[in-house]
Amino acid sequence: MLGYILQRILSAIPVMLFVALFVFLLLRLTPGDPAAIIAGDSATPEQLEAIRTSLGLNDPLLTQFFSWIGNMFQGDFGTSILSGKPVIELIAARMEPTISLALTTITLSVVIAVPLGVIAAWKHDTLIDRIVMLISVLGFSVPVFVIGYMMISLFSMKLGWFPVQGFKPIGDGIGPFLHRIALPTFTLTLLYIALIARITRTSMLEILGDDYVRTARAKGLPERYVLMRHALRNCSVPIITVIGIGLALIISGVVVTESVFNLPGLGRLTVDAVLARDYPVIQAVILLASLVYVVINLLIDIAYVLLDPRIRLS
Amino acid sequence: MSNNILDINNLRIALNGDEDKQVVKGLNLSIEVGQTMCLVGESGSGKSLSALATMGLLPSVLSPIAGSIELKGEELLGAAPARMRALRATGVSMIFQEPMTALNPVVRVGQQIEEVLEFHSNLSKSERRKRVLEMMEHVHLPDIEKMYRSFPHQLSGGQRQRIMIAMALVMRPQLLIADEPTTALDVTTQAQILKLIRELREEQGAAVLFITHDMGVVSEIADDVTVLKLGEVMETQKVEALLRNPQTEYTRGLLRSVPSQVPRMARELGSQEIVLGTDNLCKTYGGKGFIKKSREVKAAQDISIKLMKGRTLGIVGESGSGKSTVARCIMRLVDPTSGSITIGGKDIANLSQKELKPERKNFQIVFQDPMRSLNPRIEVGQSIIEGPLNFGVPYNEAMDRARELLELVGLPGSAVDRFPHQFSGGQRQRIAIARALAMDPDVLVADEAVSALDVSVQAQVLELLAELQERLGLGILFITHDLGVAAQICDEVIVMQRGQIVEYGPAAQVLGEPQQDYTKALIAAAPGKHWDFANFRPFSEAP
Repeated sequence: MLGYILQRILSAIPVMLFVALFVFLLLRLTPGDPAAIIAGDSATPEQLEAIRTSLGLNDPLLTQFFSWIGNMFQGDFGTSILSGKPVIELIAARMEPTISLALTTITLSVVIAVPLGVIAAWKHDTLIDRIVMLISVLGFSVPVFVIGYMMISLFSMKLGWFPVQGFKPIGDGIGPFLHRIALPTFTLTLLYIALIARITRTSMLEILGDDYVRTARAKGLPERYVLMRHALRNCSVPIITVIGIGLALIISGVVVTESVFNLPGLGRLTVDAVLARDYPVIQAVILLASLVYVVINLLIDIAYVLLDPRIRLS
Repeated sequence: MSNNILDINNLRIALNGDEDKQVVKGLNLSIEVGQTMCLVGESGSGKSLSALATMGLLPSVLSPIAGSIELKGEELLGAAPARMRALRATGVSMIFQEPMTALNPVVRVGQQIEEVLEFHSNLSKSERRKRVLEMMEHVHLPDIEKMYRSFPHQLSGGQRQRIMIAMALVMRPQLLIADEPTTALDVTTQAQILKLIRELREEQGAAVLFITHDMGVVSEIADDVTVLKLGEVMETQKVEALLRNPQTEYTRGLLRSVPSQVPRMARELGSQEIVLGTDNLCKTYGGKGFIKKSREVKAAQDISIKLMKGRTLGIVGESGSGKSTVARCIMRLVDPTSGSITIGGKDIANLSQKELKPERKNFQIVFQDPMRSLNPRIEVGQSIIEGPLNFGVPYNEAMDRARELLELVGLPGSAVDRFPHQFSGGQRQRIAIARALAMDPDVLVADEAVSALDVSVQAQVLELLAELQERLGLGILFITHDLGVAAQICDEVIVMQRGQIVEYGPAAQVLGEPQQDYTKALIAAAPGKHWDFANFRPFSEAP
């Protein structure tokens, strides 16, 4: 098991290097001069040149790449062109809202979606199944910002139950934290409920036709037990996969939700950085996102092994 | 009150409750304490559905529309779900055909047995564990403590079926339903499982409803036999009476189709031409790995065979013997590790896939399951001409040939426009054969090509192969696990075990007077070896 994990970690290194190279080249080769943005419209060519030199933008690409990688290994992700602060500080400050939102959303989604999917599959082709599928289609097709503004309009403006915007760290107490994060969570969760419920329903439908489910029933086990222990456990691989990918997606890209609810998260940081062509920040954010994907994939793979003993051998 | 454990009266099962769509049409059956009733029939006869109805486990589209099923006088049809659940495992248990899929792959087998006790007894956790271990010992499983913690994929097929049996009998039900419990197992394992079922029946005094399509198995285990055809009872008799004196033409036909265990004599050698030869063919799996070397498996070792024009060479062996590996190497579906394969005078063992392409038309294969080997979304005509088109035959010419071929295999030429699902299993296998023949091969490899078919259909397909061989001078390499089938059509036979050739010679000699212990054991394990089914008598009474 340990060897397996080690092997998986090793195999992630080339992936990360490739992403790093890609990120580096992508931004160097896209048009738009960061020096011009820093200097502003009235800068002279000399001033521009000076800024470029100080940022290292005039060095050969290869030199820039290696010095960049080297610095990263020392924990130096560069300095934001826009704000002049170290990138790593900027990101650290924005992590909490995003990760909080990701965890609350995924937890809520799983708690609601998995039972919905199980029931829909069990009551296949009945009214309950249709209702679950309807919720699922809605969750997929209504854009997040529409849901977000509807939530604000209803729960904040009309009913006044929740604040319109903002974020309170969990350190300020669980109550205020939940109070602020509730609406963004509800907004995002609909999509993930749709996704997870659908996958759960589909895999349950398939599994419920399997021989061992028939065996379990032939043993005279209660239906609830047949569903939970025999069927759902065998669906865990696809379900875990969507949950993992969902989590990675939220951490790396909840731009819209963060904008609607004015959360100071990574998504907002990314948007601001892209608009300002703040290279160091953009690079770090993309790298962080891919690291998140790689780590979550690793966790998913480990979960597979724990959940399905057959995977252990191969 | 009779001694009957199970009484089924006029049972009718219909699709969507529609009286015109009956799949079981008035089944009557009763089983006493300690009796084994075999329910025999081909696919679609309704034998499994009758069993599932007894368990209350029919798929939702099917429902009983008339009749009664009584277990010790208690009506099961229409019983409350909770009552049905309580009766399962305690009153009636069932074991299934494929123990690999019938067991939950992610739950330890010990726990899977223990669950039964958890819901049907008041035993404490430690008592349950003890009872499970006892039961596992009872079905002769080795190393029970370790096996208790094993997952299904870590056990052999026979061990898995023993687990199923332990699970079914742990609450000592009065009735055991066994639905083709040995069909997916090797013959030697099958013999052991049949013995175990007999033993437990006597010990526990249970009644057994045994479903099978295999007359050999029937002759080994049945007290009485009920023959079903398309949902209708043909006849019910004591087993000996049925085998000696079947009352209906259908049963007679069924018995006549059973491949005889007596090998045929090799035909006169017509041609000396070797169409297929291998020399020291080896295939090793695994042994590679970046960090740690994986375990090496020698799937085929030093296989040297010779197949003449117009002859049939059989390879028999149990699962894991390497017979299919040899077939796949010869087809170059897997690359051999070493050795040569000569087809049409050319060594193809080391050709690249590109160099191999023009040679492919010389050797063709027919697979086991014709439902899966034909593309379900392509008309059968298109499937047949795909190969010839690749070799540059004009479309119309290829299509004409496809029609001829379909007629050759006994189907109407107009069938080219139909899809695979519109044919029966036997017809689909005929199409698969026509597809292989479209390339005019010298060598036809048949990999368990009749194993998925009912006996009567199997007999027809075997006949067809023999006829085609006569006409076209094909060399056939016939891979099978069924010694009867091998005896019936092979001139020469190879017996394989663990990747090696154990015995190789004329069929009459290898299957008639085997020299090796392994071959002897295989033949001894074949069910129904004492019966000459086609002549309705035991071999001992043959003139």
